[in-house]
Amino acid sequence: MNISDPTETFRQEARELLDQLEAGLLDLEQDPANADLINSTFRALHTIKGSGAMFGFTAVAEFVHEFETAFDQVRKGQTKANSALIEVALDAKDHIHRLIEAPEDRISGGDEILAHLRRIIAGGPVDTETPVKPKAKAKTTKAADAPPPPPAATAIWRLEFYLPADALIYGTNPALLLEELAEIGPTRVTALTDRIPALDVLDPETPHVGWRVDIEAVDPTAAIDDVFLFLRDTMELTLTRLDERTETDAQAEPDGEPDALSEASSAPEPAPTAATLAAQSPTPKPRQGAGADTADRAAASSLRVPAERLDELMDRVGELVIAQARLSQIAGLSSDTALKTIAEELERLSSGLRDTTMGIRMVPIGTLFSRFRRLIHDLSGELGKPIEFITAGEDTELDKTMIERLADPLVHLIRNSVDHGLESAEKRAAAGKPPKGVVRLSAVYSGAEVAISVTDDGAGLDTARIRAKAEENGLIAPDAKLTEQELHHLIFAPGFSTAKEVTSLSGRGVGMDVVKRTIDGLRGTIDVTSKPGEGSTMTLRLPLTLAIIDGMLVRVGNGRYTIPLAAVEECVELPEGIEAHAKGRNFLDIRGALVPYLRLREVFGTAAEPEPHQKVVIVSSGEGRVGLVVDQIIGNNQTVIKQLSKLHSGIKSFSGATILGDGTVALILDTAHLVAAGQSYVDRNITGRAA
Amino acid sequence: MSEPQDHQPLSMTALTIRLDDELFAVEAGRVREILDLVPITEVPNAPDFVGGLINVRGRVVPLADLRVMFGMNRPEPDEDTRIVVMEVDMDGEPTIAGILADKVHDVTDIEAASIEEAPKVGMRWRPEFIKGIGKRNGGFIIIPNMERIFETPGARNAPVAASEERSAS
Repeated sequence: MNISDPTETFRQEARELLDQLEAGLLDLEQDPANADLINSTFRALHTIKGSGAMFGFTAVAEFVHEFETAFDQVRKGQTKANSALIEVALDAKDHIHRLIEAPEDRISGGDEILAHLRRIIAGGPVDTETPVKPKAKAKTTKAADAPPPPPAATAIWRLEFYLPADALIYGTNPALLLEELAEIGPTRVTALTDRIPALDVLDPETPHVGWRVDIEAVDPTAAIDDVFLFLRDTMELTLTRLDERTETDAQAEPDGEPDALSEASSAPEPAPTAATLAAQSPTPKPRQGAGADTADRAAASSLRVPAERLDELMDRVGELVIAQARLSQIAGLSSDTALKTIAEELERLSSGLRDTTMGIRMVPIGTLFSRFRRLIHDLSGELGKPIEFITAGEDTELDKTMIERLADPLVHLIRNSVDHGLESAEKRAAAGKPPKGVVRLSAVYSGAEVAISVTDDGAGLDTARIRAKAEENGLIAPDAKLTEQELHHLIFAPGFSTAKEVTSLSGRGVGMDVVKRTIDGLRGTIDVTSKPGEGSTMTLRLPLTLAIIDGMLVRVGNGRYTIPLAAVEECVELPEGIEAHAKGRNFLDIRGALVPYLRLREVFGTAAEPEPHQKVVIVSSGEGRVGLVVDQIIGNNQTVIKQLSKLHSGIKSFSGATILGDGTVALILDTAHLVAAGQSYVDRNITGRAA
Repeated sequence: MSEPQDHQPLSMTALTIRLDDELFAVEAGRVREILDLVPITEVPNAPDFVGGLINVRGRVVPLADLRVMFGMNRPEPDEDTRIVVMEVDMDGEPTIAGILADKVHDVTDIEAASIEEAPKVGMRWRPEFIKGIGKRNGGFIIIPNMERIFETPGARNAPVAASEERSAS
């Protein structure tokens, strides 16, 4: 991907702005009078419109224009933000997204959204929110929204502006601005030299000259807006209508109240628009200043880097770690103390570099959480269930790739909670619960893992129904004895769904089994806890990163394999003679608990003679524990995980490969798969013996 | 890198390698490097065709043995054995793979005129694995169809179930 492509840059920015916009809208729904939220929503719209037009996304700019106007009304208190407006704005946000992603496609639906918006602006808020509001006010609102009135008498407008101090640095050309202003109508330009400092303190890169431009036009407000599109937030600008008024009147105006201005003006139509500009120019100063400050600080302390470069960096660090391991190995064999010292130094440096690099890839999970607010909002509307969505632990950091891959499973779990977990408001009321259901999404560190939970206070899993369904599908035998845990876990079986009827959400052919697979693929586990009547919790436990893990190196026959250390519980010696009197009964007694074991030599079809003293590495995955019999435990090592190519993707016993200190490749065991294989082996064995 | 259609004469710059007792030609443009024999990590339960993994400058790369696909003898590696690291298309995705060669000869141009379509009969190799047969110095050079060879589903899907059965018995 070419990162210098300006269109792509715009897209990237716009995506972020749209996310911001969505978050702002959802917040606004909770708190419709919050001026900060209204302002930030307006700003996001304004920026999308402005840069959209600049990068040739004219459809976007045109579409956003009306929304910007609408939110400008809200900003000025002429319209109230209400749920109808927010609903249509969310639709609009989706529409803008589509327009940005595929500008060449003819994307329809925009007109309906705009028509809907016009209806709401025209009548909606006035009727529902403040019925006492005078009709005249609503009319003004409408007038402002409509195209400029037919040509009326032109007037003289006086524009005075000073450019922001950094305007020249960012490439603003005052001469061009003046030319653009001249296109609006006949102009008379005067330079304002009152701010030019003494020569010895003059900074030539700062624009010190201001301009007074008298323009003859009907209503130049919109045109002036366009000229100063990218400057207006930080510049000083006043616009007054001179008309018959004297110059002193006009000059006394700058800090005058917008209301006074609109009253003073004789023509009713242009009044609100003049007020728009007047209201924007003096007020944004302090507010914008503060906003820009935080933005500047944020820009200085963080850096946006394309994801591919981070991936590349991680790859390089991975290679460095491998090369360092090789060096350490050679140094270990050598008697050269200088070499040993360098090898140790390099080991320290590379492990530091590894940690720092992994740190760069860590992203707060909050970025992912915010996405689900919209989901909940939509689901709530679609299913008619009022839902309160609570998030916690947004600061918890996880590997970027991990966060990306978690999005889909979490969407599914949340959908599931809302669709199957939460009861309808009536049922809740009947059960003595508050009608509003609660869905809680939280993330928390636990050791070298992160636990992410989706909790609902719904009806809980219906174990009887799960059981019936599983029997019906042939997943379990009718007389099988299962613990509650095991019953809960059945929902992850392929093709399993507890929904009695197929709603628009369930029955999409994607089930919890897909969630399970994805989480397995991330080397994570899922726990389910559920209490009838009180709700369920799904907890995902995931490693912090995917790229480098600590591993235990073992030997099986002539091959060396790495077992993820996080999965290793303990190592024991395989009791001698256990074969002799326990044929076909591969269990170990570990402190009173039966642990089945797999002989990796058999699993891998190794021909070489077994070691006399074989070791058992006991690994766990979720609930299950399985012993893996190996010939030798070599030791622990840092393992840079390399994906296997498609040629080997069919082989399930391995989750990847790594390169050892001596440069050879070792396969990484997929413990989840091996545990499952071990358990199924036990099951078969038990049923086999029972039969 | 669009491949010419099957059964169409093509002229190519090729790296010639020997497998068992036959000369093969692989597209030189796809060859990344030629390595001396490196330690090969066996992948348990993988098909013979791609039974190993090697380390190529910090990358884990599958090692393919074309001799399996052509049903040839597989002599033990000797001092002439090389690994040709090349880019092959797998389901349209470029993938780096190593190819075991009993000997690497040279890079040569094979004229389109000298290349013939693989005959449908009278050949010990599966015709779909062969793009054409070139002639040089009175001998034949086989031009394998790498895409087809690496596309074969049987090459990829390991007999996983079988291995689990084995562990159970």
